[in-house]
Amino acid sequence: MGEIDLALVNWSRAQFALTAMYHWLFVPLTLGLSFLCAFYETIYVKTGNEEWKHLTKFWMTLFGINFAIGVATGIILEFEFGTNWSNYSWMVGDIFGAPLAVEGIVAFFLEATFFAVMFFGWNRVSKGFHLFSTWMVAIGSNLSALWILVANGWMQYPTGMAFNPDNARFEMQNFWEVLFSPVAIAKFTHTTSSSFLVAVMFVFAVSSYYLIKRRHVEMAKRSIIVASVFGLIAFCYASFTGDESAYNNAHRQPMKMAAYEGLFDGGKGADLVAFGILNPDKKLGDDQDPFLYHISIPKGLSLLGMRELNGFVPGINDLLHGNEQENLLGYDRKVERGRLAIADLAEYKAAKKSGDEPAAQASLVKFNENQEFLGYGYLESVEDAVPPIQASFYSFHVMVYLAVFLGLICLAYLVYGIKDTIEEKRWLLPLGILSFFLAMIASQAGWIVAEVGRQPWAIQNMLPVGVATSNLAAGNVMTTFWMFAILFTLLLLAEIKIMLNQIKKGPEGA
Amino acid sequence: MIGSLDTAILQQIWWILGAVVGSLFLFLTFVQGGQTLLWQVAKTDTEKALVINSLGRKWELTFTTLVLFGGALFAAFPKFYATSFGGAYWVWILILFTFVVQAVSYEYRKKPSNLLGAGVYELFLFINGSVGILLIGAAVGTFFTGSNFVLNEYNQVTWTHPLRGLEAAFSLFNLSLGLFLVFNARVLGAMYLINSIDFAMAPEMEMRLRRSCLVSLVCALPFLLYVLAGLLLMKGFGFDDNGVVSLVSGKYLHNLIAMPAVLVMLLLGLVLVVWGVVSTSFLNGYKGIWFGGLGTVLVGLAVFFTAGFNNTPFYPSKADLQSSLSIYNASSSHYTLTAMAYVALVIPLVLAYIAYVWYLMDARKVGAEDLGDTKAY
Ligand code: HDD
Ligand code: HEM
Ligand code: HEM
Repeated sequence: MGEIDLALVNWSRAQFALTAMYHWLFVPLTLGLSFLCAFYETIYVKTGNEEWKHLTKFWMTLFGINFAIGVATGIILEFEFGTNWSNYSWMVGDIFGAPLAVEGIVAFFLEATFFAVMFFGWNRVSKGFHLFSTWMVAIGSNLSALWILVANGWMQYPTGMAFNPDNARFEMQNFWEVLFSPVAIAKFTHTTSSSFLVAVMFVFAVSSYYLIKRRHVEMAKRSIIVASVFGLIAFCYASFTGDESAYNNAHRQPMKMAAYEGLFDGGKGADLVAFGILNPDKKLGDDQDPFLYHISIPKGLSLLGMRELNGFVPGINDLLHGNEQENLLGYDRKVERGRLAIADLAEYKAAKKSGDEPAAQASLVKFNENQEFLGYGYLESVEDAVPPIQASFYSFHVMVYLAVFLGLICLAYLVYGIKDTIEEKRWLLPLGILSFFLAMIASQAGWIVAEVGRQPWAIQNMLPVGVATSNLAAGNVMTTFWMFAILFTLLLLAEIKIMLNQIKKGPEGA
Repeated sequence: MIGSLDTAILQQIWWILGAVVGSLFLFLTFVQGGQTLLWQVAKTDTEKALVINSLGRKWELTFTTLVLFGGALFAAFPKFYATSFGGAYWVWILILFTFVVQAVSYEYRKKPSNLLGAGVYELFLFINGSVGILLIGAAVGTFFTGSNFVLNEYNQVTWTHPLRGLEAAFSLFNLSLGLFLVFNARVLGAMYLINSIDFAMAPEMEMRLRRSCLVSLVCALPFLLYVLAGLLLMKGFGFDDNGVVSLVSGKYLHNLIAMPAVLVMLLLGLVLVVWGVVSTSFLNGYKGIWFGGLGTVLVGLAVFFTAGFNNTPFYPSKADLQSSLSIYNASSSHYTLTAMAYVALVIPLVLAYIAYVWYLMDARKVGAEDLGDTKAY
């Protein structure tokens, strides 16, 4: 299938990472703030208290500023699958395209339609219909998250499909398997709940700023109470689903887990590294200690990944070279068989073309023996199959530490909020402001774990990134990378300035 | 139930659905048309605010329809999605760029300390309405004039022109189609604004809009005639029963004759657009947008049907005829088309709530009260 152009692959990856991470600066706020606005407005409608209406409108103004740039950065992603990953789009479009189209039909239109009512409808529709619209925006946003995450979940754990050698593509066999795959469910629940947490921290940050300045104190306290309840629930749910995600990784993407745990040699009753500094000189295959320093929880990883103290967790070396005791086939064997599959597929194609049906059938039989390893055949070497360990390890640990911190912040805000002493806790308020930025970091770090950790696979075990790109000269992608980098940065700066200005102005300006 | 349909039927259904979404998008480009009219018809800040706030209630609908159009093509015709987007890289990237800058402009234009200043955001809106629509037109033009690509046996695309899709904009036919769409969007934009704004505060703008509507139609006509003449006279792409593609003289004329319903749609659509303009510019009517809109949808459908039905490859390759894509060789599997057809059953519901909300929100025209709102754009 031609030579792999590494510069092209890397620029394409860089561009996807850039645009996705920009999009992800805004999406968590959309997901969470839309629900918070719906809660606030519900209270207003139930109590009829105008104060809650002002409060709702204030948060909606900030929501709108964020929403616009979220939409702007989103459209690129949708089409990037085609522009930059066209081979990917062809090979799996039969499955992957469906959730994207469903997202458009059922989710984006809900958002787009009811957003106009939520923003401009205060004096045009009834109170009840306005509230309904606000809820529809929240539900629509989160439905759009559902479908895109089903798509992403399928990349991490492809199911419900079969390879069609005549078309040289994968085809969907079962829509429900794609939709209800355990990975898709964990993705959706973990991503949305953690996004709620990010939005809660945003409310904390802005409100704490007012409390420090002693402005809009009542509004700030009201906002905090509702947000902290939501935040604590979201935190519990995010922890629970985070654990579920790790469990999924252990079973379906063990290489990813080995990378983010820094586990080179697996075993029964594997330890969980609670804190560690990786040895930067450690190379694959040498016998250096992977860690310069670490504190571990005995048997923790087996418990986490296998839900039993003495469960076997494979390390990077086990995965690469196999482990006979555990009946684990190594990547080295899989690569060999994958190359056979590629050769048999080519033979099949050639025989078909020359009309030699018996030869074609014979090649097909051979191909089917190794078909499940087809993707491995495209790997240049076995070492290619190991994702960047440092990035995975540190991102994962940062995410988990921050999770604990954010949970504590939620708890503190809830307790002092209920006691109505929060404005006196001058030590806590700056931490509240800081928390928003930490939550953003946790969220981005989570995606780095998920996406960098699945390298080199664009689709786990099926399609490495190297064969997923469009057939472009690298210079094209480099140019668009910089175009996006400059444009998005400019828009981000504009957004931040507008947002800060609006926060300074406070609810009067809303 | 749907699952028992023939693959060919499903492929046709999906081409029709894609055509409907694409044609609705063309109707909704009244937003883009309105954006390009901004400087021309709105001379004061109040007038500008009226235009922006009126369009600002609808831009997301247009935008989302474009996104859905992309998504639907991906799901139903992945080979087209992969070939066209990955091949004609630069056209698509530039189109997307103009939509990225549009998406922030409404919200940010009037906000204090917005970094770039209102003028730049207005420029963004203009670029989206002009360059964006022009390039979309050029890209659609390649449905008839063909593109420069070759597919290998693994269906991977190689683009054979160094401009990577931008070359489409250098064909007179494609360019004319693009310019026609730009001016048609302006016609629609003027009609929409006439319909949605309360002109008590800006009586002069009403006159200007009515005039622009007519002027835009007059500007659109030469390009329309060039496109129609080109379409009827040019050699087109066709395939025989074995799927072998060849150049056929008068192919598209032949398609219209073979599918008289499509010919009727085309002519009726054009008449409706003209009638919308007449009623807006000469009869002081307010409902021109409905005629113009319906007319645009019909013309759009006719274009898609001519491009894709009657043994016509809708995404032909000039570089290698046999690489051309038709609805029969570019589609998803039977299973996916079926599953998606079930999902598509909710489309009427979606259209219904959009129409209901449109009706509620437009019951009163955009006027002074809306500009005074703190949420105003
Ligand atoms: C505020 C954000 C946030 C917080 C506090 C957490 N996460 Fe998380 N995490 C995410 C935000 C996030 C995310 C951005 O939403 C990710 C990226 C992809 C995904 O599915 O969710 C993610 C991914 C992700 C993954 C990789 C999933 C995959 O590859 O499929 C694991 C294993 C965890 N998380 C585990 C946890 C654990 C054990 C947490 C602590 C209790 C935790 N996360 C808190
Ligand atoms: C975890 C991943 C993602 C989630 C949860 C998510 C969610 C969302 C949400 C909630 C919005 C609405 C507005 C806003 O962004 O503020 C949005 C917009 C958008 N997203 Fe994403 N997104 C994700 C990644 C992607 C990807 C990978 C794509 C590409 C397929 C994409 C395509 C879009 C598009 C096209 C829009 C604009 C839609 C419109 O309102 O018209 N998103 N996304
Ligand atoms: C919005 C949250 C997301 C973030 C921050 C994110 C982040 C990243 C990063 C950092 C990479 C580059 C990895 C590398 O090359 O080392 C990447 C690649 C990619 N991601 Fe995501 N991702 C997100 C969501 C998604 C979703 C929802 C999808 C699909 C539905 C997706 C599809 C892809 C694809 C196709 C690539 C390129 C191929 C590859 O490198 O594997 N991403 N993403």
